[in-house]
Amino acid sequence: MKFSILVNEGPYTHEAADTAYQFTKAALDKGHEIFRVFFYHDGVNNGTRLTTPPQDDRNIVKRWTELGEKHKLDLVVCVAAAQRRGIADADEAKRNGKDADNIAPGFRISGLGQLIEAGIQADRLVTFGD
Amino acid sequence: MLHTVNKSPFDHNTLETCLKYAKPGSAVLLIEDGVYAVAKGTAVSKQLQDALKTVPIYALKPDVEARGMQNRVLDGVKLVDYGGFVDLVAEHNTVQSWL
Repeated sequence: MKFSILVNEGPYTHEAADTAYQFTKAALDKGHEIFRVFFYHDGVNNGTRLTTPPQDDRNIVKRWTELGEKHKLDLVVCVAAAQRRGIADADEAKRNGKDADNIAPGFRISGLGQLIEAGIQADRLVTFGD
Repeated sequence: MLHTVNKSPFDHNTLETCLKYAKPGSAVLLIEDGVYAVAKGTAVSKQLQDALKTVPIYALKPDVEARGMQNRVLDGVKLVDYGGFVDLVAEHNTVQSWL
């Protein structure tokens, strides 16, 4: 079955970012397909490579990057939510006159249309948030 | 329809709202702080027991264990792991996340 995942909560907030990851991993382990993981609202904070948690804590951002690499996941960050919260890739940084970008490897920035498409293309859209 | 509730019933009213809307044929899965609802002998126990007559209620086992509640789960509540969560999503045609 084809799943899409919507993540509306930032990392290290309550538990939704963790549940979303564990659910995605379990779905892949069971042989399901993940069409897309869309990060919206504070969920975009799951996609900054500058995250530096203590060494004995889980690295939520790196965990997504690694799972994404392993399963070729489409990890999409909402552009408008990202701009508000200071998440930028090289193009966005240049377009907005910023001196740096910070998007984590494996993530890409795009628009809300990607969420609509994820909802249409997948058999199930599962929302995780606050 | 699968309903998921991720907030404690002692903080939010999402569980109460969810149980009002959950129809026979649907299921309720409690995750994250939502699992506090399945503890025995609380103010919401009766509400949950009544709901169990109509819909199956599941709780995410890792979240129950993380809160040390594995020995005080209400009778009739089924525990599932993340794989079981995935199965429940696959078995129901839609998922309503009560946030």
